[in-house]
Amino acid sequence: MNLKAPEFMMNGKTSFCPGCGHGIIGRTLFENAVEMGYEEKLITVVDVACCSLFMYSTDCDFVGAAHGRVLPTAIGVKRSRKDNLVVAYHGDGAAYSIGMAHTMWSAIRNENITVIVVNNQVFGMTGGQMAPTTLNGQKTTSTPLGRDINLSGSPFDVTKVLKSFDIAYLARGSVDSPAEISKTKKYIANGIKNQMEGKGFSLIEVLSPCPTNWNVTPLDAIKHMNETVKNVFALGEFIKDGVVL
Amino acid sequence: MNKKSNDSVIMKGNEALAEAAIRAGCRFYSGYPITPQTEVLEYLSWRMPEVGGEFIQTEDELAGINMIYGASAAGERVLTSSAGPGFSLLQEGISYLVAADLPAVIIDVARLGSGLGDIFQSQSDYELATKGNGHGDTMVITLTPASVQETVEFVYLAYELSEKYRHPVLILSDAAIGQMMEGVTFPELSEHDINKYDWSVKGRKKGSEPRKITNVSYFCEGGYYGYEAIYADKIKKIAENEQRWESINVEDAEIVTVAYGISSRICKEATELARESGLKLGLIRLKTATPFPVKAFDEISKDCKALLLVEMSISAQLKSDVVVASKGKLPIYAYLSSVDVPESEKVVEIANKIILDEAKEELVYEP
Amino acid sequence: MNIGIICSGFGGQGVLTTGLLMAYAFHHNGKNITWYPSYGSEMRGGTANCMVKASDTDIASPYVKKIDILVTLNEPAIAKFEKQVVPGGFLFVNSSLVDEKRCYRDDITVVKVDTEKLAEQAGNSKGANIAMIGAVLKKTAVLTFDEYNDAMTKYFTDKGKEKFNSLNTAALKAGYDSI
Repeated sequence: MNLKAPEFMMNGKTSFCPGCGHGIIGRTLFENAVEMGYEEKLITVVDVACCSLFMYSTDCDFVGAAHGRVLPTAIGVKRSRKDNLVVAYHGDGAAYSIGMAHTMWSAIRNENITVIVVNNQVFGMTGGQMAPTTLNGQKTTSTPLGRDINLSGSPFDVTKVLKSFDIAYLARGSVDSPAEISKTKKYIANGIKNQMEGKGFSLIEVLSPCPTNWNVTPLDAIKHMNETVKNVFALGEFIKDGVVL
Repeated sequence: MNKKSNDSVIMKGNEALAEAAIRAGCRFYSGYPITPQTEVLEYLSWRMPEVGGEFIQTEDELAGINMIYGASAAGERVLTSSAGPGFSLLQEGISYLVAADLPAVIIDVARLGSGLGDIFQSQSDYELATKGNGHGDTMVITLTPASVQETVEFVYLAYELSEKYRHPVLILSDAAIGQMMEGVTFPELSEHDINKYDWSVKGRKKGSEPRKITNVSYFCEGGYYGYEAIYADKIKKIAENEQRWESINVEDAEIVTVAYGISSRICKEATELARESGLKLGLIRLKTATPFPVKAFDEISKDCKALLLVEMSISAQLKSDVVVASKGKLPIYAYLSSVDVPESEKVVEIANKIILDEAKEELVYEP
Repeated sequence: MNIGIICSGFGGQGVLTTGLLMAYAFHHNGKNITWYPSYGSEMRGGTANCMVKASDTDIASPYVKKIDILVTLNEPAIAKFEKQVVPGGFLFVNSSLVDEKRCYRDDITVVKVDTEKLAEQAGNSKGANIAMIGAVLKKTAVLTFDEYNDAMTKYFTDKGKEKFNSLNTAALKAGYDSI
């Protein structure tokens, strides 16, 4: 593992909360871009809220999209600049709630982009409301008694749905340990490679802790991921080179 | 205006608009079908690939407007089009385009009514086009063509203005202009270089400044206070420099009609009809609804007794702009024909009633 | 010149094309034109119409309220538009489909054209609407046969359908000569 972040990530301090996974996920993306030789080709399209904080700490070319419209925005960029590396970076609220139609249709059209979805089971920036991925029974500021699947349905698992689509790549990683971070970095590298080889849609979901909105310490957040979250959201690669694994 | 010349062809307004976009250098279209603008989408579905551009029929209008947001950020000349209910869905993205200083051309081929309304011609999107276009302090340059030929000319103008000000431009057409065929000639082909502007995202070269396309205020010197000044200056410049209109006989008119789009053609005919019968009728035809051509109202004769709005809507949507432009000094009447294209005889009839002070029902504003 | 035409009939009878060809021919001969179709859900359910205006000066509304020439290809079209024809105007009736005993206004010129028979005789069974145009030209003299035929020939040639030109001209002539 590199101890020094890419030069263009060193613009300033990030404003992520202590124990947040975003900084790690972003770094795997930006390290990949540099190591794979695409630093000067990278255009990152970020959602609003926590995702957008990268724009203040990182000096690659960015487009800040409207909430949930990251994929249409990224598609607009990519189809206009086919030689660039275009990465769409958003959370589960954007990808699976307000932007669900775009997630489905980007996959159906097998758009040639690399998509990162940060799954932390809450809406972070707005203060920890229920997200599409909030676990059954999980207390949030909008499910004070815990998520009731009779009211709100079950947590959304993207791998179960997208497995039936003709897309290039589908994987889920996590940032709860150095080993998982290393795997996540590899998944994102695969997503980048696919795009630059014109293979189509790659989606990498990454489980990420949100100690602030889970109301736990960073260490307890990691514990929660290991003991509970990973039992609901299985890790690994699900589609590789268009083949369901 | 639409006189035949050697290279004149006849074309539907919507198709001519689409062809004009291609010839003006647009190479990215994303949109969703809705009557009465669907011909724009259908035409570009085959024409755009012919010139090596991108055409995408999107999952909804939200994707349509946000794809052009991305493509514009990448430096492309872009277009989306919609109508009525779909135009409502574009509002979110239009606001983002404004906030991010992104050029883009957006089409609303207005159709009838609120809710689903109907597919027929109407001008009931005026308020949304001029006062709406999304949340915040959003205002969008709005062009109102009155013929197929002018639609084509305004597409070129729209790209020119959108890049001059880095600002979205709306072409507010209507079903009558969009669906009908007229003779039209096209201007010269215009090429667009996607790398023309340094501000567009391209991938950052090592050691050079990154480009961050988002709300301009986020990276503006002075933060939102700095941005306020820049944005206020921009909309002031647009208001000062980009008012466009056509005036007919306003210098001596007793009654001046105010109209745009298809209705303005009827008013033009009405001015001739009225003069034949001895009534001095004038016309201010809006070519830009935003900025509203307030300067046009300075030219109105001192003998003018009243203004007559001619609109295809249920409410007098031009009223507030015209009250301001005429400094509230003149009574304002309205001939509101809603789903019907107005009739020139009726315009003259109402104007005559106004002269005789018998048009109480049409009165919408008294000084 | 300042005329308003409505073409109306069943969808599939070439109603929009009939109006378009006439608009095209007027434009080809230096006139300002507008052509306005019924569209969208109006088209569902089988009826169609289009409005054509041709003028030496600017045209205000593309809507034809006062019809100088009404071209009908079926009976419902007559019922719908006959009352809008100006006194002294023309109503063209497709007698292939319309009851012979039908009564009409007496202040307009009613012209019955057996379009299908004429088209068939010309060897162009799909050319009934073009035969109708032939009759319109002869009766109203809005354009000469050649002025129209040159435009129509160019129209189809530009569309890559020049192989139909002689058949179309034959259908046109059959309608023209039937008057």
